[in-house]
Amino acid sequence: MSVKHHISDAFLVDYASGSLSEGWSLAVASHLALCPECRQRLAVMEGAAGALLEKVPADADVEDAWALFKTRAINLEAEEIRPAPPAPEPSAVLPEPLRSYVGGDLADLKWRALGRGAYQILIETQDPETQVRLLRIPAGKPVPEHTHDGRELTLVLAGSFRDGEELFGRGDIEEADGDLLHTPTATEGEDCICLAVTEAPLKFSSWIVRLLQPILKI
Amino acid sequence: MNKKNSDGLTADDLSQGEMARLLAIVGRERRVDAFEAIFRFYAPRIRSFMAVKTKDRQTAEELMQETMAAVWNKAVQFDPLKGNVSAWIYTIARNIRIDAYRRRRPEIDVNDPAFVADDMPGADEEFQQLQEAQLLRGAMAALPADQLDVLRRAFFDEASHSEIAKDLGVPLGTVKSRIRLAFEKLRLALDGRL
Repeated sequence: MSVKHHISDAFLVDYASGSLSEGWSLAVASHLALCPECRQRLAVMEGAAGALLEKVPADADVEDAWALFKTRAINLEAEEIRPAPPAPEPSAVLPEPLRSYVGGDLADLKWRALGRGAYQILIETQDPETQVRLLRIPAGKPVPEHTHDGRELTLVLAGSFRDGEELFGRGDIEEADGDLLHTPTATEGEDCICLAVTEAPLKFSSWIVRLLQPILKI
Repeated sequence: MNKKNSDGLTADDLSQGEMARLLAIVGRERRVDAFEAIFRFYAPRIRSFMAVKTKDRQTAEELMQETMAAVWNKAVQFDPLKGNVSAWIYTIARNIRIDAYRRRRPEIDVNDPAFVADDMPGADEEFQQLQEAQLLRGAMAALPADQLDVLRRAFFDEASHSEIAKDLGVPLGTVKSRIRLAFEKLRLALDGRL
């Protein structure tokens, strides 16, 4: 089953340029791992960036820089061609880079109850802009506590959910913002596991508050 | 300039082909003389790219040297079937700039068992890559100035959409639609690819 709901140009161009913060980038990269089509779109953007790089006027003198480089080059070791990667795990549900962030695949996860049969795992990043978590929504149930102000990215990893007329399955990503009233509901038959990235819930800069957030689940 | 030869490739495209050839030599034989043309073309441009963000000449110089050292070191990993030299060098410079600011950008791992490989009949010839680079350059030259300007700000200033909107004094939606329109045109020019 191929991906039907893709990441927007707005997010993808910020990922291509490197301006997208870590939390959002984790959702975009995990979507890219599952979506060859968006990887091609990314390649077009990086191609455009490369073409712009060619057009940058070559300003200053390059002689000194080249002389310096030459003297250093002798000492630069070529990066070794990586030995064949260790035999990959036979299969995995969570794609990289997400799997490394949560420290294992689905079977290894330690879920925390959110109430009403839903579970979550908070994922730590160094990004103060976002809150990143895995959600497990019981089959047939709506996503709990679903109010948010800012932007939100939801990437489906297992099962599926419905939002209005739209069905989101593995690899599909949904973008929402505060203006949009939406009620994603897990499809009957299978729990839905997704990665949800939202704007950091509190605007306070106090580190104490930020420290307590995971505990208070606010 | 940009005169087409019998293959329909422009001077720029041929020089990209030449860059790819030199880079392959650097990867195989680590010949400093093969690297010189690459360095002379890209080093000043990468220095400008770095200077946009740091404003400090010395830092820009160091980040440029670091980038060119990485290009030298990774040359063997460059796959001319997967993209052109300028795009590849851009991604290396971008990653070094991100590291310099101690920021993190999670990336895919193509060896991951959960990775979904591309089964579309892809670009499988170097010539096709050069043709695509040519199509892309042609399409970029045809972009309206305001769209090209937004792309430049996004890729070089590493500016967010809202920062670009503020700098230009236009609504956020205008920036988003310029970006969307620009890439629609580029993708259209590459047709079959998307």
